[in-house]
Amino acid sequence: MLLGTLIYGFVNSAILALLAMGFNLTFGISGVANFAYGAVYIFSGFSVWIFLNTFGIPYLSAVLIAIVLSGLMGLAIYYGVILRIKGMPLSEVMATFGLGLAIMELFRYFDFVGFRYTLPIFFDGSFSVGEVYIDYQRMMIGLIAVALTVCLYLFTNHTRTGLAFRAIAQDERTALTFGIDADLVGALSMALGCALAAIAAVVILPLGTIAVEGGYEVLINALAVCIVGGLGSTVGILVASVLIGFSQTFTANYLEPHWMMLVSLIAIAIVLVVKPSGLFSHQKELEERI
Amino acid sequence: MKRRKERIDRGVKARSADIFALTSYREMLYLLIPGAIPVVGLLCFTPILSDYWREVMISTAVYALLAMSWDMLMCAGLLSLGQSLFFGIGSYLAGSLNYYAGLPPILTMPIATIGGGVLCTVLLLPVLRLRGVYFAMVTLVLPLMLSRLVEATRILGGTEGLTGLTPFPNQLTALFVIQLALLAVLFGFRRIMGSDYGLVIKGISDNDRSVMSAGLNIYWYKTQVLFLGACVGCFAGAFGTHMDMFAGMPGFALDYSLMPVASAVVGGTGTFAGPLIGAFILVPLSEMLRALGALRIVFYGLFLVIFVVGLPEGIFAYVQRKYQQRERWVDIS
Repeated sequence: MLLGTLIYGFVNSAILALLAMGFNLTFGISGVANFAYGAVYIFSGFSVWIFLNTFGIPYLSAVLIAIVLSGLMGLAIYYGVILRIKGMPLSEVMATFGLGLAIMELFRYFDFVGFRYTLPIFFDGSFSVGEVYIDYQRMMIGLIAVALTVCLYLFTNHTRTGLAFRAIAQDERTALTFGIDADLVGALSMALGCALAAIAAVVILPLGTIAVEGGYEVLINALAVCIVGGLGSTVGILVASVLIGFSQTFTANYLEPHWMMLVSLIAIAIVLVVKPSGLFSHQKELEERI
Repeated sequence: MKRRKERIDRGVKARSADIFALTSYREMLYLLIPGAIPVVGLLCFTPILSDYWREVMISTAVYALLAMSWDMLMCAGLLSLGQSLFFGIGSYLAGSLNYYAGLPPILTMPIATIGGGVLCTVLLLPVLRLRGVYFAMVTLVLPLMLSRLVEATRILGGTEGLTGLTPFPNQLTALFVIQLALLAVLFGFRRIMGSDYGLVIKGISDNDRSVMSAGLNIYWYKTQVLFLGACVGCFAGAFGTHMDMFAGMPGFALDYSLMPVASAVVGGTGTFAGPLIGAFILVPLSEMLRALGALRIVFYGLFLVIFVVGLPEGIFAYVQRKYQQRERWVDIS
């Protein structure tokens, strides 16, 4: 029982980390609000399904096309919507949220609802650790989550583009004086964030069916992890997703499932009250409270 | 050839800002007409509406109240994404007073308004020092948490909610009550923000540190603003409860948080009239789109995007500018 809870807690944390990764890159690290994130996630899931089943494209190229397509969609959202209302955070949030709403409900309108909308898993089969069975897909999720986090950390801390991402979030004007093109960096971070959402969708969605409601959950989960971990911190999202993932799994197993959501919400509330900018964020301590 | 847009105040605006306003009918009308529009509009529209659209009008007014309460908080720099906290607490307070103690709506609504205002203020007091997006996140999480708490502990009727509450005697009474509240809040809040007190509140959102260094206790001001906003939100909740004869978890739903913000963004923030206009556009619009079925939310989302991108300042600010200023293109050589 305990071993199983630990293993599935780890898988749950990995899923949360994967979900939050792209959102963290756009919203957390470069400060560009992308509340259409859940919609992009669902969009890439459905587009892989369409490529596979309607057009009969082989799996690997279908996935690649979907990832590129999601990235392009991010670019389109940035240049079509966000750029026009840059600097008004509330309007950015409202516009992208409205766009996400439209995309997700469009899928519902075209009747993309039901159990036949599933993506194939990479490797079939499972193995056992002690008395706990775990399938290879869940193992893969853990590995990919860790690998992507390492890549993201290296990218945001050791490459020029990654540092530019963080610069425009910290102080856009100063970033401009250093010759960083804020619009270009914003567009890039949007594209990369959407591509990461597509990767997460391809890896996670095989565990269940692709559902429109999933988009809203993804957004809420991603937001929760980013807040607890601290906006702009890669290590933070790892710790936060472990924290939330384990607490969710433990409450689901030892208490009632009703309490699962409550525990993560309380965790968020406590973190916000005690250390508003998150567990691992240092960049905005002056702005968080007065 | 480059050109820029030049904006100049109309003469009548400049004159009516002074004591001269009292000497000419033209200037007096210029000042009075904008204020008269909502009053006359509500009075004239209500009799010609069908029963169905009166229902829509009532729910529009509830959202408009929440939107104005949101705007009041925004004036002090408190960005709230959880108006449903106020709505839910007001609704549960009025509902349980009516359900367990059997009090009539005429008592439950004032008690829920004031009591809910105090309760919400106390609840949010620990996070009043948070700024901007961090305050917003807390308010977003709180109503979700409370609704989960009700679900998990099964208090106050649990997932079923409290049903069979006392309704209003008839639709017209309800309509009258909510419209009166709407106008009182609109003109009251505008009055408050026009006074010196309002100036301090605006100052807090513009630069809280300089207000502090002027020797004013900004937390005390923020608490007062929070109480005002919470009271209005809780009134909307108490009213909604008696309207639907039901108090339950839907009171904490995301709808009541998002719709006011959307209204305020569409209408223009910081003016109270803007959120009102926004609510009176968005709620009936979503009602009219109901015939489209599933496409409704698609159109709704796209409408929101187009509005926010096309008219970022908001409808009210745009109209106000046209009313008060002349615009013309000027060549710059």
